Amino acid sequence: MRSNAYTLIFTSTVTIVLGFLLSMAVTILKDQQDLNIEIDIKKNILRSLDFAPSKENPWTPERVQAIFEEYISSLVINAKGETIEGKKPEDINPDVDGDFHPIYIKTMVGKIDGYAIPISGKGLWSTLYGYFAVESDGMTVKGITFYKHGETAGLGGEVEKPWFRNNYKGKKFVDNDGNLVGIQIIKGSVDDTSPDAYHQVDGISGATMTSKGLNKFLMNDLKTYESFFHRIRTSKGI
Amino acid sequence: MALLSKKSQQVLNDPLMNNNPITLQVLGICSALAITVKMDTAVVMTLAVIAVLSVSNTIIAILRNLIPSKVRIIVQLAIIASLVILTDQILKAYMYDISKQLSVFVGLIITNCIVMGRAEAFAMQNTPGKSFWDGLGNGLGYGMILIVVSFFRELLGSGSVFGFQVIPDSFYAAGYENMGLMVLSPGAFIILGLIVWVQRIVAKIEEE
Repeated sequence: MRSNAYTLIFTSTVTIVLGFLLSMAVTILKDQQDLNIEIDIKKNILRSLDFAPSKENPWTPERVQAIFEEYISSLVINAKGETIEGKKPEDINPDVDGDFHPIYIKTMVGKIDGYAIPISGKGLWSTLYGYFAVESDGMTVKGITFYKHGETAGLGGEVEKPWFRNNYKGKKFVDNDGNLVGIQIIKGSVDDTSPDAYHQVDGISGATMTSKGLNKFLMNDLKTYESFFHRIRTSKGI
Repeated sequence: MALLSKKSQQVLNDPLMNNNPITLQVLGICSALAITVKMDTAVVMTLAVIAVLSVSNTIIAILRNLIPSKVRIIVQLAIIASLVILTDQILKAYMYDISKQLSVFVGLIITNCIVMGRAEAFAMQNTPGKSFWDGLGNGLGYGMILIVVSFFRELLGSGSVFGFQVIPDSFYAAGYENMGLMVLSPGAFIILGLIVWVQRIVAKIEEE
């Protein structure tokens, strides 16, 4: 049996050595990790705005940066839909900046070809994070992606699969009178003859709670951006 | 294998077949179910476990005569946890997409009974050299099962191997469908059960 003093010294040494090694590793790897996260977010913004990698042109980190640089611009708005000058999405600190909301704009040959907004909210087990893209008319869905969630693979996790995301394309989140109605995931398949089909998408069987959560937080996020999109729908300009 | 002494060879080979940590000791099942939907995640998880297990075994064996027995479990855990965090950070920096899919399961290597089990049962009594082979052997034994399970789950559940589609489109056109069950945990249980069964017949192991 060893003395208490020995035990104390031994454990302290182990803790200090391990702690030192770990903090060193984390510091060295931090830049590379932050870069990965940035690229991943950009990939998702691009994907929501209808960009896709191909076999000939896979999405290498350099390529993602280049595409983003060429086609995407960004601005920050407040809840009234007013542009906040001199503020960029990467400057937003979610802890203090309550009323700053980023928008990513895709421009193709000098014409605006869509807007992407961040969406997030609770599903069944986890918070889902993604991007929602709107056509230049301010009312038609261009795409939706999710880059982080902890839903059950094969059930709620299907939200990130192309078959589900493609359902959203071409749907409208405002009705004929210009009221915000959101996009509803329904049980089973959408009946195309139904008058509500324009804002409904096919459900995922076994993922009722994830779908309900998604319906709700998408609506909330759209409300935040409503004054911005309203202005686009009515005046055809920012 | 002339490089290794007979004893080391036995230490390395034993966990691959006769004393496999998953199929015979039934340890590490949680992660074996969780990350075997796709082969690439299974391979990366295997490499992570092999790295953690062989290095932790070696370090603990070097320190085995210095570690006060009163606090040995805590010291083992601190060493294992540090190695796991290090592995996780490296994956996040250099294999971001795969580390995203593995999510918490890299972190959960800390609680994988195989790692703690080998530290306590083997590395605390043996030389660093032998402990390294023991860690490597157990890591390979674990990984072998993971890769076999993930091969069948990806093939039957997604029709692909390492992300490349192997079931031709004409099969799907003729009405073939991927087996949804294989993507979910019960699929892993069924395959694991079948592997245990086959292995026990081959190795002629009988429970009393």
